[in-house]
Amino acid sequence: MSTMHATHALEEQIDQWRTYLRRRQAIHPVDVAELEDHLREQVALLEEAGLASDEAFLVAVKRMGDLDALSREFAREHSERLWKQLVVPAESADAVQRARTDAFVAVGLALAAAIAIKLPALFGLDLDDDAGFYARNFSFFVLPLLTGYFAWKRQLAAGTLRWLAAAFGVAGVFANIYPFVSGGSSEALTALHLPIALWAAVGIAYAGDRWDQVSGRMDFIRFSGELFIYYVLIALGGGVLMLFTAAIFQSIGIEVEPFFESWLLPCGMVGAVLVASWLVEAKQSVIENMAPVLTRLFTPLFVAALLAFLGAVLWTGSGVDIERDALIAFDLLLVVVLGLLLYAMSARDPAAPPGIFDVLQVVLVVSALLANAVALWAIAARITEFGFTPNRTAALGVNVLLLVNLAWSANLYVNFLCRNGSFAALERWQTRYLPLYAIWAAVVVVVFPPLFDYI
Amino acid sequence: MEINKDLIAASSTPLVLAILAEGDSYGYAILQRVRELSGGRMEWTDGMLYPVLHRLERLGHVEARWEVAKTGRRRKYYRITPQGRDQLAEERRQWQTVDATLRGIWQALSLPVPAVALPERMAPQGGA
Repeated sequence: MSTMHATHALEEQIDQWRTYLRRRQAIHPVDVAELEDHLREQVALLEEAGLASDEAFLVAVKRMGDLDALSREFAREHSERLWKQLVVPAESADAVQRARTDAFVAVGLALAAAIAIKLPALFGLDLDDDAGFYARNFSFFVLPLLTGYFAWKRQLAAGTLRWLAAAFGVAGVFANIYPFVSGGSSEALTALHLPIALWAAVGIAYAGDRWDQVSGRMDFIRFSGELFIYYVLIALGGGVLMLFTAAIFQSIGIEVEPFFESWLLPCGMVGAVLVASWLVEAKQSVIENMAPVLTRLFTPLFVAALLAFLGAVLWTGSGVDIERDALIAFDLLLVVVLGLLLYAMSARDPAAPPGIFDVLQVVLVVSALLANAVALWAIAARITEFGFTPNRTAALGVNVLLLVNLAWSANLYVNFLCRNGSFAALERWQTRYLPLYAIWAAVVVVVFPPLFDYI
Repeated sequence: MEINKDLIAASSTPLVLAILAEGDSYGYAILQRVRELSGGRMEWTDGMLYPVLHRLERLGHVEARWEVAKTGRRRKYYRITPQGRDQLAEERRQWQTVDATLRGIWQALSLPVPAVALPERMAPQGGA
């Protein structure tokens, strides 16, 4: 065996050993480097003593000790590592630099968003008096910047960038050209649906060239859920901060609420989206497990609540009292159920056989569908009497959209449980369905206002 | 002779600090020195030294720096800090007390001391 060959084989073995060691969370790359230096010195010494390089490697690894025990020792010494620190442990100086640039860009964009939301004030648009303007245009203070962040991170092609810019441009036109009746439902619907439509643009920037693949879209679903969790956490922290600050300033006779209302709250609301997105990106492996954990926790509870509701309907025989907001409540129910389904799916190993949790998912979806059917039945009976207002039409549209999705999902899920179909089919169905939400939202923004006379 | 794990663990701090008091060093060399001092009788599992070093670093007894060794590899060197020297002195006092106490009882028992072939400099004082 030539020396060259032996050296090559040794490098390969050390590579494997390093990879194996790196999988352990408690041992950081920098520690692996230290241990590797040790291993190499030991091997070199043993080779000098006359051992062949593979023998030397084996002896050196043996002397290093049992890796499980070693990793336990490291964990005991560095217990914080299992709770990974906020700053990502980067492997090389290069990666550190990249993480730093990333943080810098994200914080810069968050500041830009904060400035953007205060810009209209320069032109005399007041948050309170022109609430309609701010509501319709809220997306434009955040989403273009967020899209830009991902365009920068994923190095999007110029062609894609032009399309995304055009999408924002067109959206900006439709949000502002219509003569909305101030405070009317059409305006409120536009404010609600525009972010959903534009979220697709963020998705395209996020997934980069994988935007039309199942995995790319699944990643974007994960990202959205984790972003939501981070955002809620940041909002909670912000709320505590504001309460606290208001209280201590009050003690010295200064009212800070006006400052909060016109500066901290709007700027914080938009800036936090970018900061949360950056955190999701940077800490991918930490909260990755959060959405599925919450899903597992709440799926059984929602199943119980829905079954109780259905039981009560059957037992009392009372119909659903359709008030103004009843349909919206059921829409929200379907959204939550869809969310639970999506996050359960996103964390599931597609190759795993069906289990008890899958059965629970099916029960959840089917009971949500039944509850929704009860509501729809009640509405259908009286829709002619009510007439089609913009709100009711939009709510009905969303309901149908979600109903179709969940019904077919239930079908695919049952097939999967009966081992007639694969889990991948369910994933494919969900990811293919995603653009429909954006399209429907765009329809509401573009078509509804003229259709309903901008009321 | 197999030395009890707890004893190894307890003696690791003074031993590592003492070796670093001789001069800056790195993991592998520290282990070599331990072998040499104990005549190969104190066998540490190599990897276990590193959590000990990291603990001493966290406690501020040693400080670490990365250097490029002659081999061209990056290597982490440790240096004892003034606080580490204080700690070493303290550990030494404690170990000498333990040692003196045990010695007293060994003599009182007048048991025949089992022949331990240690290098001369290691035998009488122990520790640093």
